[in-house]
Amino acid sequence: MTASSTSLSAPVTRLPRRGAGTRSGATPAVRSSLRARDKSGYLFVAPFAVATGLFLLWPTIYGLWMSFTDQSLTATGSSFIGIDNYVEAFSDPQVWQTLLHTVWFTVLSTVPLIIVALLMALLVHTGLPGQWVWRMSFFAPFLLTSAVVSSLASWLFQPEIGLLDVWIAKLGLGPVGWLTDENVAMFSIALVTVWWTVGFNFLLYLAALQGIPQQLYEAATIDGAGGWRRLFSITLPQLKTITGVIVVLQLLASLKVFDQIYLLTAGGPNGSTRPILEYVYDTGFTNYRLGYASAISYVFFALILVFTLVRLLPTKKEA
Amino acid sequence: MAVTESVSTIVATRRSTAQQTRAENRTLTKLTIGPSPWVRAGALAALVVLAALWLLPLLWGAVTSFKHEAEAALPASWWPTQGWTLDAYRQVLGNSELLGWMWNSLVVAVLVTALTVLISAMAAFAFSQTLFKGRSLLQFLTVASIMMPGQILIVPLFKQMQAMGLVDTFAGIVLPQVVAPVMVFILKRFFDAIPGELLDAARIDGAGTWRLFWTIVLPLSKSILVAVAIFVFIGAWNNFLWPFIVTTDPQFMTLPVGLSTVKNAYGVQYAQNMASAMIAALPLLVVFMLFQRRIVQGVATTGMGGQ
Repeated sequence: MTASSTSLSAPVTRLPRRGAGTRSGATPAVRSSLRARDKSGYLFVAPFAVATGLFLLWPTIYGLWMSFTDQSLTATGSSFIGIDNYVEAFSDPQVWQTLLHTVWFTVLSTVPLIIVALLMALLVHTGLPGQWVWRMSFFAPFLLTSAVVSSLASWLFQPEIGLLDVWIAKLGLGPVGWLTDENVAMFSIALVTVWWTVGFNFLLYLAALQGIPQQLYEAATIDGAGGWRRLFSITLPQLKTITGVIVVLQLLASLKVFDQIYLLTAGGPNGSTRPILEYVYDTGFTNYRLGYASAISYVFFALILVFTLVRLLPTKKEA
Repeated sequence: MAVTESVSTIVATRRSTAQQTRAENRTLTKLTIGPSPWVRAGALAALVVLAALWLLPLLWGAVTSFKHEAEAALPASWWPTQGWTLDAYRQVLGNSELLGWMWNSLVVAVLVTALTVLISAMAAFAFSQTLFKGRSLLQFLTVASIMMPGQILIVPLFKQMQAMGLVDTFAGIVLPQVVAPVMVFILKRFFDAIPGELLDAARIDGAGTWRLFWTIVLPLSKSILVAVAIFVFIGAWNNFLWPFIVTTDPQFMTLPVGLSTVKNAYGVQYAQNMASAMIAALPLLVVFMLFQRRIVQGVATTGMGGQ
C-alpha cells in the first residue's frame, strides 16, 4: 500500500519518497523522550475528537438505538419494540427492490466510470498538445452540483424538444422516454452520472500514469516494443493496483447514490429507479417513521460494510 | 530596477517552464504511442470527440440560457434564430433568492473548509508528533470511522439537530460536515515525513507544542493543506443531501438545495432554468480555470483517501 501510494503522490505533492514507514522504526531515544514529555497532544486532538464524537459516533449509536424503537418524526415519545423493525425490513419488498435498484445502478455506472476514465487518462497521458483543454473538459462536470447537473440533464432528456430527442428524430428514430420509460430511466441516470463524475477517476488514473517510471518505456523502446505492446505490457499492468483502489472507491460512491436520482426522477417512473437511500429518506421524512428508517439504514450499512472490508483486504496483504 | 529585473526573471522562468513542459510532453508522446503520425492523429481525434461530447451539455445549456423563452421551448436549432437575449438572467437574478443562496453556499463552504482543515491538521499533528494517553485508541477510532458513511446517519443526525435547536441554522449545516477522518489520515501521513530533528531542535529551544505546530509543521505542509482544502471546499460547495435534510427555510438554503426547489416553480421556463444553472455553475468553473494545476493536483492527491 505504501509503495504504490508514494509513487502516486510523490510527483504531485513533493512528499518525501518514504512516508510513514521509515520513521517509526528508527526513533532515537532522545526524540521519544522529548515527545514523551510533550503532553499537550490530547489538546490538539480534542476539537476533532469532540466533533467526531458528537456528529459521527453519537448519531451512529443513537441511530442503532432508534432502529429498535417506533420513533416518529412528529411524536416526541417512543417505545422499544425490539427487532420488529428489522423483521419488517426483511419482509418489505420495497427494501429488496430499492436495494436491487441501488446495486443495478452501481453496476451500470461503475463499469463505464472505470473504462471511460482509463481511456481518457491514457489519451491525455500521450502528452499530445491541448493538455489544458482535455483536463478542463473531462473534469469540469465534476465541479457542478447535483442540482445543476440535473437541470442540464432533464433539459437534454426533455421529450421531443430536448437535444437528444431532436437528434434521434433526425436519425429517423422515435422519441425515447429517457426519464419516463421504466426500461430506460436507469440507463439515462447512469449516463448522466458517467458524464458528471468520470473526471474524478480520470484524474486519479492520470496521477497514477505520471508515476510510472519512464525508464520502463525507454527500455521497451530499445527492445523494439511498439506502442500497443507498450500499452499492454507496461502501462496496463502498472495500473493494476490503482485500478483496484478506484473500483472499490467507485463502488462505495455509487452505492450511496441519491442526489441525481432524487432530482431527475424522484425514484420514478413507478419507483423503478428509487435507490435505498431514497427509501430511507421517504420513510423517515415523508412518512415520519424514523425508527423504521433507521433500521433500513442499518441494513444498507451492512451492505456497505461488506464492500469496505473488501477494500481493506488487499491493503493488508500488501503491507 | 530590481522590480523589473525580478519580473523579467519570473517571466523568463515561466517561459522556460512552459518550454520544459512542452519538451516533456513530446518525450511522453514518443514513449507512449511512438512516432507514427497515424496513431497520433487517431489519439488526437479521439480526444477531440470525447472533449466535445463532455462539453456539449454545458454549451447547450449556455446557449439555451441566452435564448428567448418562447424559442427555448421549440424543438429547434442549436443557435438562437430570434437573437440573443439576457432576459432569462434578468428574470432569475430579479428573483433575488438565487444570489442569497450563493452567498449561503459560500459562507457554508468557507466555514466547512476552514474548520475541517484546522481540526484535522491539529489531530493529525497530535497523532504524528506527540505522545499522549489513549493515542492509539483514538487513532484506531479515527481509522474505523472512515468506514462510516455519513449518508446513513441522516435520520439520527436530523433528530439530534432538532434536539440541539440547530435545524435551519448555519451551524446545523456546517458542523456535521467538518468531521473528515480521511483528511486526518492523509495529513498524518504527510506530517510523519517531517524530519523529527527539526521539531526536536525547536523543542530544545523551548518552543511550545502550539508554536511547533503553527510555525514549523503548517508552513512545511502548505501543499498538502491546500490540496485538502480544495477537496473539502468542492465537496462542501456541492453537497446536497445534508443541507437538503437540515434546511426547510429558504433563507438558510445553500445553492444546490435552493436550486432544486425552484425547478418546479419555474415549470417549463427552460431558458430561466438554464440561466440559473449557469449562474450556479460559474463560480467553481472560473476558480478551476484560474487554479487548474493546483486543483488537479489537489484532487489527485486527496482523492485516493490516503491509500
